[in-house]
Amino acid sequence: MSATASAIAAPQVLAQGAQGTIDVPAIQYSALSPILIVFGVALAGVLVDAFAPARARRGIQPLLAAAGFVAAFVAVVLLHARRQVLAAGALAIDGPALFLEGAILLFALLAVLLVAERRLDSSGGAIVASAAITPGSPGATAQRSSAAVQTEAYPLMAFSVAGMLLFVSSNTLLIMFVALEILSLPLYLLAGLARRRRLLSQEAAMKYFLLGAFSSAFFIYGLAFIYGYAGSVSLGRIADAAGTVGANDTYLYLGVALLGIGLFFKVGAAPFHSWTPDVYQGSPTPITAFMAAGTKVAAFGALLRLFYVAFGGLRWDWRPIVWIIAILTMVVGAVLALTQRDIKRMLAYSAIAHAGFLLTGLAAANSDGLSGSLFYLVAYGFTTIATFALVTLVRTADGEASDLSQWQGLGRRSPLLAGIFAFLLLALAGIPLTSGFTGKFAVFEAAIAGDATPLVVVALVTSAIAAFFYVRVIVLMFFQEPGADGPIIVTRPTLTYAAVGIGAVVTLLLGVAPQPLLDLAGTAATSGFVR
Amino acid sequence: MNSFPWLTLLLIIPAAAAVVVAAVPRRLGTLAKQVTLAVTLVEFVLALLATIAYEPAKAGFQFSQKYSWIKQFGISYSVGADGISLVLILLATLLVPIVVLASWDEVDAASPDGAPVAGRRSVPAFFALLLALEAGMVGVFAATDVFLFYVFFEAMLIPMYFLIGSYGPVKEQAQRSYAAVKFLLYSLFGGLLMLAAVIGLYVVSSDQLGTGTFDFATLRQLDITPGVQKLLFLGFFIAFAIKAPLFPFHTWLPDAGAQSPTGGAILLVGVLDKVGTFGLIRYCIPLFPDASSYFAPVVLALAVIGIFYGALLAIGQRDMKRLVAYTSLAHFGFIAMGTFALTSQAGTGAVLYMVNHGLSTGLLFLVVGFLVARRGSRDVGAYRGMAQVTPVLAGVFLIAGLSSLALPGLNSFVSEFLVLAGTFTRYRALAIVATAGIVLAAIYILYLYQRTMTGPVVSEDARGVLDLSVREKIVVAPVVALIIALGIYPKPLIDIVRPTVTATFEDAGHTDPTPTAPVNASQAGGHS
Repeated sequence: MSATASAIAAPQVLAQGAQGTIDVPAIQYSALSPILIVFGVALAGVLVDAFAPARARRGIQPLLAAAGFVAAFVAVVLLHARRQVLAAGALAIDGPALFLEGAILLFALLAVLLVAERRLDSSGGAIVASAAITPGSPGATAQRSSAAVQTEAYPLMAFSVAGMLLFVSSNTLLIMFVALEILSLPLYLLAGLARRRRLLSQEAAMKYFLLGAFSSAFFIYGLAFIYGYAGSVSLGRIADAAGTVGANDTYLYLGVALLGIGLFFKVGAAPFHSWTPDVYQGSPTPITAFMAAGTKVAAFGALLRLFYVAFGGLRWDWRPIVWIIAILTMVVGAVLALTQRDIKRMLAYSAIAHAGFLLTGLAAANSDGLSGSLFYLVAYGFTTIATFALVTLVRTADGEASDLSQWQGLGRRSPLLAGIFAFLLLALAGIPLTSGFTGKFAVFEAAIAGDATPLVVVALVTSAIAAFFYVRVIVLMFFQEPGADGPIIVTRPTLTYAAVGIGAVVTLLLGVAPQPLLDLAGTAATSGFVR
Repeated sequence: MNSFPWLTLLLIIPAAAAVVVAAVPRRLGTLAKQVTLAVTLVEFVLALLATIAYEPAKAGFQFSQKYSWIKQFGISYSVGADGISLVLILLATLLVPIVVLASWDEVDAASPDGAPVAGRRSVPAFFALLLALEAGMVGVFAATDVFLFYVFFEAMLIPMYFLIGSYGPVKEQAQRSYAAVKFLLYSLFGGLLMLAAVIGLYVVSSDQLGTGTFDFATLRQLDITPGVQKLLFLGFFIAFAIKAPLFPFHTWLPDAGAQSPTGGAILLVGVLDKVGTFGLIRYCIPLFPDASSYFAPVVLALAVIGIFYGALLAIGQRDMKRLVAYTSLAHFGFIAMGTFALTSQAGTGAVLYMVNHGLSTGLLFLVVGFLVARRGSRDVGAYRGMAQVTPVLAGVFLIAGLSSLALPGLNSFVSEFLVLAGTFTRYRALAIVATAGIVLAAIYILYLYQRTMTGPVVSEDARGVLDLSVREKIVVAPVVALIIALGIYPKPLIDIVRPTVTATFEDAGHTDPTPTAPVNASQAGGHS
């Protein structure tokens, strides 16, 4: 009986809808093409993994992924002048979105180079096969020496990239949440795929997943509050609602805070940063590089859009909070990095400190702050990918030489590599004539113009602290004798060399001749966000 | 606007040469040395020609060039020379070939006890670093865009850092990396404070002019409110005070001085530190005239403390390189005093002092370096009676020392006199107190000379020490000649420097005090 009732009820609901007019959202597929291409590539990757023979997969997958990212990048370039809201207000294609999509695709392309590198590890690649084997079990011993290669990392990466693209152009909170999940879930898996030090890697995946799920819950809780307040999940409507004087301001502030927590977690801002060192350390280094650059760009893109578009009218309310978080993040990142013995953990804390520097751009809350942040994200992404790529090159017989003491005397053994690494570290420290300096300058200039001078002073002091741990690595590499069991450098890992080279050259170019990219970021920022 | 690109050439030649020399294979060390020497000599000749082409009577910057670099922030590559920067560029380009020749065998030499030198890096890299440093030094003095100045100011640290860390004393690995890091972090910290002030200046300019700029000539026309001026002044001042260094920001200098290779120490104390004192007179005073007057008493107090503190510590040192570094602290006190007395006479003296100090301290470091290379120790106790064994070296040492203590007839006397006389017209008590510092200078120099050069020879094996070689004589000869020549006839230098200094102070609204006693015009000297 009840089944019949529901069967009857359902058509009624449909019929009610049919009586009114249904707005079929006009979807302009051309404007969505970058996202669609990457989703397509991800699905195709799954099919390839299912049906292509094992040997062929190893060649097809990286090519497919790379070709997909290149095609999507070309699509972004072709779309560069588009400014519109798509799919019934769900997506926004505008200057910042396209700029960040382009950046994400370039970083993904570099990351594919690193993942595809098979010459570094004697058993072929940084990604393990059969990741589910429990460390310590009999199977794990066989796994350690097995040369099996699986290629599921590529479709996973493609899904994650698609999520990132969606994330930076989402114009409603719901799409933003969906994108957040699409980009995060594959990353949780990828974090657990390191070939060496399986236990650390599985721990990283677990931690990342649990904390990530937790932060997603915060995000969706905030979403609910905001929906309750504004009656809409569209960023534009929320902004309109926030502009009026209402009785339910509590919902609004709770919503802002909870959404903020969800996003601050993703960018790795203190006090929501605690996953960063563990995940950066445990993940396969190519994936770490991808996360450090890609996730940061995507999360900052969403953060900027949320705070500028939906809560732009509330800037006097959220600015103090962003100040506090920025200061905390810079101090925590710089100070804790001083105590690290592991190069990947040190770079993780450095990533936290950089998130803090980026937040000064958000705290500036002006157009210069936006363009400065856009520039900074690109500059930082290239440098950080090259840095992690270089970390994969310095190895002992037992995988990467992650302990800092093993880097001792690297300058004597391979001066070129150590020289490039020193250059990249100086860029991260923000020495002039590197992209790191231009980025910092752009962000800090905006912050001072936006009356955030004290924040800039803190940022500069923490930059000085941060310089210390970067310089310490240079001291180790150049001024100390190589240890007896120093690192081995594997010869001719072409793809990794290419990634390092591209990253280092871009770092230099953006330091010496930053004007073209500054113009691009400036154009993207002044045209602003569409609603 | 754009004339013959003297300064750009001076900048590009060593920078390009640095790249070329860095690419020289390690085994061809001699080739690297020869190329470097040739390039630095050409560079010096070019700087000399530029000095001849310079017209001291003309106001403003000469040899100016300006090209837009980063439009978005109003940053341009713009260089220009005035009297102050020109003489410092000349000093830098003079000292570099001397350093190259002095360091000829230092890098690839075995340690004094004959053991193979481990942990040393290649010879070409050393000379490439020297060339990179030279490019940085020229750039920092030639820049007329505040941003460009900052870029060189920071970029210059990197080659120096590697010179100390990689090429410092062989056996003191821990100490030299400590010194290198300390040097870098002190300078970076100061630099970052300056960066805050530089950005602040930019924001002020964009508030007042509509579009922000870093052009020095435009920035000095700004009318900055006193409160903001004070903050910005402090940002610049602390950076320069660390760089120069002034008391109490000096603690990195003795470490860096002692742990540098000889050539590095000469350039560090002789030229790099002058960037600090140069910055005070070029940027602090013209950009922030009110704040300069406001803070002048503080700076003068620090300067006088530095004069005595540096001298007293120098007297107590046993490590000869540290000793020379501490004497420099005292000398920088004099330079800062001359600058912030805000009279054209003292200012001229201060700029002259920068050049003379580069020569006299450079020579002191050279001689100490020669001694250390012979005996392998920086400790005073390892030497006694060396004048008997190495008379020429002892003679050069004496000249360097006498120049450092400002003996009349030698170069430093002129500058020290101008500084004290110029300070006296405004701050009598201070000038009188500072004069006592000269007595201390006599003590630390003569006491050092006495302990190392006079008396019976320290030990039998010290008798085998060789006197200066031909190469070493060639190295010291031009410096000795200049020390004497500029002591007797400093006019060419003063003629270049004085118009710029006078204009700097006048533009900033600091007029010289009127003499209290009537003087006739011919004796007026610096009292304009």
